[in-house]
Amino acid sequence: MAFSLDLLFEAVLFGVLLGGFYAAVSLGLSVAFGLLDIPYVAHPAILVFGAYCTYLLGTAGIDPILAGLLLTPPFFLLGILLYRFYYETFERRGGAEAGVRGLAFFFGVVFIVEVGLILAFGVDQRGVQAPYIGSSLEIGEFRIPYRMLTAFGVALLLTVVLTLYLSRTFTGRAIKAVGQDEGALRLMGADPVRIKQIAFGIATGVNALAGAVLIIVGPVEPSLDRLYIGRTFCVVVLAGLGSMSGTLVAGLILGITESIVLMMLGASWAPAVSFGLLLLVLGIRPQGLFGR
Amino acid sequence: MQASRRKALGATGAAVLGAGLAPTIARSQTGPIKIGMSMPQTGGLGGGGQSALVGLRMWVDDVNAKGGLLGRKVEFTAYDDQSNPANTPGIYTKLLDVDKVDLLIAPYATVPTAPIMPLVKQRGKLLMGNFSFQVNHKVNHDMWFNNAPWNDADGWSDGFIAIGRAAGAKTIALLASDQEFSQNLANGARALLAKQGLQKVYDQNYPPSTTDFSSIVRSIRAAKPDLVFVASYPNDSVAIVRAAHEIGLGSQVKAFGGAMVGLQFTPIMTNLGSMLNGIINFNTYVPGMQLPGIEVFFKRYEVRAKEAKVDPLGYYLAPFNYATGQMLEQAITATKSIDDKVLADYLRKNEHKTLVGPVRFDAMGERANQRVITIQFRGVKDKDTEQFRQPGKQVIVHPTGDANGKPIVPYDAARKG
Repeated sequence: MAFSLDLLFEAVLFGVLLGGFYAAVSLGLSVAFGLLDIPYVAHPAILVFGAYCTYLLGTAGIDPILAGLLLTPPFFLLGILLYRFYYETFERRGGAEAGVRGLAFFFGVVFIVEVGLILAFGVDQRGVQAPYIGSSLEIGEFRIPYRMLTAFGVALLLTVVLTLYLSRTFTGRAIKAVGQDEGALRLMGADPVRIKQIAFGIATGVNALAGAVLIIVGPVEPSLDRLYIGRTFCVVVLAGLGSMSGTLVAGLILGITESIVLMMLGASWAPAVSFGLLLLVLGIRPQGLFGR
Repeated sequence: MQASRRKALGATGAAVLGAGLAPTIARSQTGPIKIGMSMPQTGGLGGGGQSALVGLRMWVDDVNAKGGLLGRKVEFTAYDDQSNPANTPGIYTKLLDVDKVDLLIAPYATVPTAPIMPLVKQRGKLLMGNFSFQVNHKVNHDMWFNNAPWNDADGWSDGFIAIGRAAGAKTIALLASDQEFSQNLANGARALLAKQGLQKVYDQNYPPSTTDFSSIVRSIRAAKPDLVFVASYPNDSVAIVRAAHEIGLGSQVKAFGGAMVGLQFTPIMTNLGSMLNGIINFNTYVPGMQLPGIEVFFKRYEVRAKEAKVDPLGYYLAPFNYATGQMLEQAITATKSIDDKVLADYLRKNEHKTLVGPVRFDAMGERANQRVITIQFRGVKDKDTEQFRQPGKQVIVHPTGDANGKPIVPYDAARKG
């Protein structure tokens, strides 16, 4: 393939949009795993569940983004219930194997969600239709898919809202504190379990909107979560655990790298280059790009 | 004295062993005929796999309603391999060693089938193939019989390339998924291009985990090919069609499509809607194709598919899986045997009358009488499943015997519907 600056520019542009999508589907995990240290391997399964709920509202004529927003409060409640169950049955008992038991619990959630979706919807792909799916913004020779612009916009919005919430509000600061020192937070009069519960609710609520983005970008099927488990953890670890703006930047780095490799070097190399980059960054900065 | 005690012990042992074995032998000759397989029931191939299962189960029910085979009921077992090729060798080992099935059917598609070929050959078992492509080429198993209507790569890409050449195409872009099926197919297409004198201006394999194809489609557009040939699996096919629709392939493209698996499945066709217009792709059956008795089968299939929440039309896989059962039925009835070698011999030497027409096999167990069709999507509307029941939405443009229309080129003109 002949090199041209125009192509490189477009590769970066598509990469930015793809990176925004990666960030959007990783932000919830950044809260649950990055800030709370909970092995939330069910994150991509909940994401796919969010996508199916968006599909369901879509059949009633509701726009996917609006559906994602409407689903955020029920998903927040779902997150609170899920954490409460996890806390009562696993976390509270503590012990040396608490982490492994937590993993087993969330893997269990993954299977329940997958099987539930198969029983309810079957195994065929489900998609949504909206004016911004299948069309693109044309600027001269450039064509930018609206669905990717939408994903990028949602990622940006979620990053700004979460960053402001975590740094400007009392509960937000408490969420950041609970990840660092639970005991100190307790001494300040805050209940760490309640704070974690709210944080987990936020992580799951964010997944409703991210799930809407997922089904906007492409159709979903019940086992799609398996494709995203590596990628979302990669973004969160590359960012440095718990950094929202870092998650956006890490998503962009992965997206741009993948896009340039796909367009200019050879599509087969894309995953190797992306995950090689992760290893390189962790070799130089084990705490991730924005971790402390 | 000691010798006679040994004889007595030996006789008792033999009697006990014989008593234990006798009912087993008797049961294996009078109990049900067990047929087993794995099928992708979840994962990327799950949609097709579930539809195929409906077809097979219809045959099992039909044959049991007639009293079974050789006076024995047919017992059918299908495990979910989750579309994961790593799962299939274990499942087939279990089918043979634990479930002790008599006959084996392969899972749908090339990727889950390829890993079981050495095992099946080593065990000397007959294997009825299920829409795989060239999985037996290197293994050379003499008891393999594929139910798919194709044989070599020419059968798949021939129609697409012939249409392109007739339209004056000189250059081609090839895009293939980095897995067994697509690679076999793309390699076949590459060999064909050399013979046809087409120049490759883009040739890439993409990893199956690729999320968005905007960058890839942009590269293809930059290469300015006359033809864009894609060998892909269902999830990728959807993403590629969307990206091509959004980014555009260039006004010089005469034909786009080729070997995209997934564009035959009703939920995917409904989901893509008008984005399908103009695409020229392979298929195995579309309304308007002459196959006596197939309409009655689809009427019965519809009811079962609704209950099972699977592909409501089931044109692609279900009738061919029913045909697999019919071929086994004919072989067992004619030979009065369920011995793998006897059945394989019969299947190789005879023509079989099936729902999808007469079937003959070549020495490699692939279809000797190929019947792959090339179709072009025309006038497809959004959000409408029923439209695909009508002839005309998928016009057969190749081969001549089945064709019911001429291809519209270039792609830009054809995509307008």
